[in-house]
Amino acid sequence: MIEERQIIYKKELATNIYEILVQAPKVARAAHAGQFVLIMVEEKGERIPMTLVDWNPEVGWIKMVYQEVGTSTIKLSMKNVGDEIYYVAGPLGHPSRVSKFGNVLMVGGGVGIPALYPIARELKRLGNRVITVIGAKTSNALIYEKEMSEVSDEVRITTDDGSKGLKGFTVDAVKLLLNQGEKFDAVWAVGPALMMKAVAEVTNGKIPVSYSSLNSLMVCGVGMCGACRVTVGHKTVLTCVDGPEFDSYQVNWKELAIRLQAYKKEEMISLEMLKGAGKV
Amino acid sequence: MSKIGHRLEPKTRPPEIRKKDFEEVELTVSPEEAMKEASRDIKFCAAPCSVRGCPVSVNVPGFLKKVSEGDFKEAYKILIQNTPVPSITGRVCQQEIQCEGQCVLRRVGEPIAIGAVERFVGDWALDNNIEIPVTAEKKHKKVAVVGSGPSGIVAAADLARMGYDVTMYEAFHIPGGVLAYGIPEFRLPKRILRKEFERLQNMGVDIELGVVVGTTYTIPELLKDYNAVFLGVGAGRPMFLNIPGENLAGIYTANEFLTRVNLMKAYMFPEYDTPIHVGKKVAVIGAGNTAMDAARSALRLGADVYVIYRRGRNEVSARAVEFKHAEEEGVKFIFWAAPAEFQSNDGVNVSNIKLMKMKPGEPDRSGRPRPVPTGETFDFDTDMVITAIGFYPNPLIPQMTPDLKVDDHGRVVVDIEGRTSIPHVYAGGDIVTGESTVIEAMGWGRRVARTIDKDLQKI
Ligand SMILES: Cc1cc2nc3c(=O)[nH]c(=O)nc-3n(C[C@H](O)[C@H](O)[C@H](O)COP(=O)(O)OP(=O)(O)OC[C@H]3O[C@@H](n4cnc5c(N)ncnc54)[C@H](O)[C@@H]3O)c2cc1C
Ligand SMILES: Cc1cc2nc3c(=O)[nH]c(=O)nc-3n(C[C@H](O)[C@H](O)[C@H](O)COP(=O)(O)OP(=O)(O)OC[C@H]3O[C@@H](n4cnc5c(N)ncnc54)[C@H](O)[C@@H]3O)c2cc1C
Ligand code: SF4
Ligand code: SF4
Ligand code: FES
Repeated sequence: MIEERQIIYKKELATNIYEILVQAPKVARAAHAGQFVLIMVEEKGERIPMTLVDWNPEVGWIKMVYQEVGTSTIKLSMKNVGDEIYYVAGPLGHPSRVSKFGNVLMVGGGVGIPALYPIARELKRLGNRVITVIGAKTSNALIYEKEMSEVSDEVRITTDDGSKGLKGFTVDAVKLLLNQGEKFDAVWAVGPALMMKAVAEVTNGKIPVSYSSLNSLMVCGVGMCGACRVTVGHKTVLTCVDGPEFDSYQVNWKELAIRLQAYKKEEMISLEMLKGAGKV
Repeated sequence: MSKIGHRLEPKTRPPEIRKKDFEEVELTVSPEEAMKEASRDIKFCAAPCSVRGCPVSVNVPGFLKKVSEGDFKEAYKILIQNTPVPSITGRVCQQEIQCEGQCVLRRVGEPIAIGAVERFVGDWALDNNIEIPVTAEKKHKKVAVVGSGPSGIVAAADLARMGYDVTMYEAFHIPGGVLAYGIPEFRLPKRILRKEFERLQNMGVDIELGVVVGTTYTIPELLKDYNAVFLGVGAGRPMFLNIPGENLAGIYTANEFLTRVNLMKAYMFPEYDTPIHVGKKVAVIGAGNTAMDAARSALRLGADVYVIYRRGRNEVSARAVEFKHAEEEGVKFIFWAAPAEFQSNDGVNVSNIKLMKMKPGEPDRSGRPRPVPTGETFDFDTDMVITAIGFYPNPLIPQMTPDLKVDDHGRVVVDIEGRTSIPHVYAGGDIVTGESTVIEAMGWGRRVARTIDKDLQKI
């Protein structure tokens, strides 16, 4: 018998990037592309958001792909198949506003690529022509190439060091596509804030519909703490309950970047502690 | 004055000591003190304290009489007919404007310390494990209670006592609503809440955490499994000032700050993983209960704290005793000033607030002078700001439930007995009234439990 919140599968996709399946039947039965969950690895842990990459309503699992960046994600990696995590709540946020657009451009970077996967799959299912651009620092760090190929008509790859595909950033590939005269009706970007900002800048005025999935810091995930607030179209909104996807052309990217730095010092202390305890 | 004696002032821990920890500030009075205070209650009083003062009409003279006789168990039984959790209401009710505000002794001397005695009785019952037996026969009908704040706690307890099968759904990992994430340990120890939830579970209430109703389960889905659904989801969405610079780093809503501190135990960081950033000089905007709780928590984390309020000392809306305790502990107050803009030296962190000097104007609807800007501003340098200016009703369920009628303020519309626009769906507490009080929310929980019982008898 598989218990709720048990890890039922775990795989390292690239250095420090893991794919896990967690038994969460209540979430799996209600999940939609673009939504996320809040998890706590253990009782004294933080509440951290993770995008739903895939889910199975019949069996009851959800899939997440995460990168180890600090205390909570490292603690998640210390859990093995068979272990339970303390808390899973969701699905949270609004589903992606997918429909039949025509030609759609998907741009993903790092762990944003798996996050993009269910959205692309849904767009493809709805009959869109899906062109995907994914990027990583180097070819070894590139994940979800195969999965994205299965739900895209075409996949373009970029690496910062040129070890695979185009040398450069995803936004360079986007520029190239646009310069080649490709026309798109909608674009989704999921990845680091800087990447999403850059994509928004080059597609603005050229692609009418544009969504980014914002990665604000969160505490509650249900709209009561205000930690995840950002300015979109000159209005303060909450990423967790009003997003996580917003019109990329309306997002105040500078402010998002500022707010992501709010706990830098404390995150370092926490990480040092974990290292000091000899756990890493 | 001599005949009716002096009011009991509960002992508090000394400010210099208590401001360094999160232990409770005010101590529960002794049985002797409670009995002495209760015997000050005058016989043949018409008890306006119960009639006009207490929102749930606690039989004050009745329970005081039993306390004066030393019969605490009987006193407890009388109390819980109206306030299900006297340990909590005795601690958090705004007694000076509720029960004690109406006490006739106020006119001739000092009002009875109803809150302190009520709290004593509640704590006594908890310590002595006085259980309320579930005697009703099983009704074999199911009710879902959404939200585990004061309204949900009472609705669940009452329905369980009536024989219903109750499941409580809570989004967070710890139940209690504002009692858990908002009101700090030094004012309401979490062990009392834990005991209360143990008691609920002993009554057979099933508590499911991590369920966000609206997304995990929709209301129509719940209605397939339950005969009735109660919504007690509170007023948790923070209001913003909507002035320039409000989203700079270092500016928090009180809810974020208090949630980090209370629910995530950030004051024990890094033992607990959730970090908290505490500035050297903290500005708290607002002067309600939330502002006091935030200010005093920041103080305990080592900051120099200023409460900035757009009205005056006499208009502070927090419980009088919290305001007093805050001042004793060294929280400083700047009255008649309102933020006009937040500024930053480095473009990331807040470093200055441009404050507008205010002056009292014509009385507003609450009868208090309206704060009017003078046009004159001054600078207040700070490295952390906590805004505590109020809450909207939680919009999550209304957003996901188009049939649920809400008013212009986002409050769920109900009839006087708590029925919403959707059959078999009921609501109460802050989601219906907007930001209110613990005892009001509890009163709603009780009222709606009765309505549900009445309606379910028919089917
Ligand atoms: C809606 C949403 C969905 C997300 N989905 C995923 C996902 O599918 N996979 C995944 O790996 N991560 C995802 N994230 C980010 C993830 O929640 C954070 O990486 C995690 O909280 C970090 O916790 P930590 O304790 O390990 O690191 P911390 O100690 O908190 O942080 C370590 C470093 O990471 C940076 N950081 C922390 N949080 C974020 C963030 N939200 N965005 C960017 N940088 C951050 C910090 O500034 C710091 O430099 C998502 C975030 C949001 C808001
Ligand atoms: C910091 C602070 C201090 C206060 N101090 C006092 C005081 O001293 N005295 C006093 O009388 N009043 C005080 N109040 C006000 C009082 O706490 C509230 O009026 C009262 O808690 C309202 O109770 P409620 O049951 O309506 O909702 P809440 O206590 O707000 O509880 C609602 C619960 O529902 C949950 N929830 C919300 N949406 C969902 C969903 N979709 N699915 C599942 N669960 C959900 C929330 O997580 C929460 O746990 C204070 C408020 C604050 C914020
Ligand atoms: S419930 Fe609150 S208002 Fe009513 S008597 Fe008790 S302390 Fe006073
Ligand atoms: S009004 Fe005062 S004196 Fe009269 S019953 Fe109430 S507490 Fe007692
Ligand atoms: S994370 Fe708390 S409001 Fe969004």
